[in-house]
Amino acid sequence: MSAITISHGGHGAHAGAHEGGPASKRIIVAYGFWIFLLSDIVMFSAIFATYAVLSRATAGGPGGAELFNPTSVAIETACLLASSFTCGLMSLAINEEHRTATYLSAAVTFLLGAAFLTLELREFAGMIAVGATPQRSAFLSAFFTLVGCHGAHVSVGLLWLVVMMAQVAGKGFKPRIMRRLACFSLFWHALDIIWVALFSIVYLMGGR
Amino acid sequence: MTEDLYDRAPGDDEFPGSRREETLAGLRTYLIGLALAVILTATSFWAASTSLLWAPGVPIGLAVLAIAQMGIHLVFFLHITTGPDNTNNVLALAFGVLIVALVVAGSLWIMANLTANVMPSSDLMNLQMQH
Repeated sequence: MSAITISHGGHGAHAGAHEGGPASKRIIVAYGFWIFLLSDIVMFSAIFATYAVLSRATAGGPGGAELFNPTSVAIETACLLASSFTCGLMSLAINEEHRTATYLSAAVTFLLGAAFLTLELREFAGMIAVGATPQRSAFLSAFFTLVGCHGAHVSVGLLWLVVMMAQVAGKGFKPRIMRRLACFSLFWHALDIIWVALFSIVYLMGGR
Repeated sequence: MTEDLYDRAPGDDEFPGSRREETLAGLRTYLIGLALAVILTATSFWAASTSLLWAPGVPIGLAVLAIAQMGIHLVFFLHITTGPDNTNNVLALAFGVLIVALVVAGSLWIMANLTANVMPSSDLMNLQMQH
């Protein structure tokens, strides 16, 4: 017992996973959500592997070099990166419990995310218009699965952001709401990490 | 006061002190992260479109840039560090990376082997399809 007391007093700066008693709920919730995000990334890795295996299987149909528009992809990337940054600003505003700054940064995050999604859907529509549908080839099936899955995540994120702003407006900065907001920003940053892998592998390597 | 006795949640800032200082330090972290991410992204897009570079080396360069940028995002946006209060987060991440590497490398390896050893050659394939 005394040894525990000493370690509490003596090693404050070096406290590891086992010291200091049970962690606060905020930390446990964020850690649990971190585990979920990692499992989501593992799911994406399976879809990435499928795409990598099938990326040359165009069955005589159009390949990446004919279909992808680098300018559009660059704008999508810029939108998502900027929205990840404004989402970080939103976390800072939430820490300060500053309502106006929170709403403002959330609105910019939402608009940039929506712009990303619009560009992506326009790209899909353009591809389908020239006959490059998911049914055309294994490459296109894998492409639409991978990029569509990321797009679906972004859509869910946008919906989640709207719900969270309604909760901030209705309930204020309660600890419960702050925990949910922290999970949202983790989710949004993780989507940007997946997009980095996606634009590098699918668009930049596949568009050459 | 007992804050650093606890583990840190992923996404948490690492700056103790007043809230104003914390916000400014946090803002600086996000700005550095954004600047590095923009540089790496711009380099990736340039490398993919230019003809100045040795073409067979470009995919490897793109992979390196992508991994570097993911690291930047993890450190500056998700605040995953190697500090003692971050051990659990880093261990979970390391396990995630292991599984991702196994799934991706394993799939590519097995499928490349199948293509080389089991699939009939394309001539044979055409013959079978014609019957």
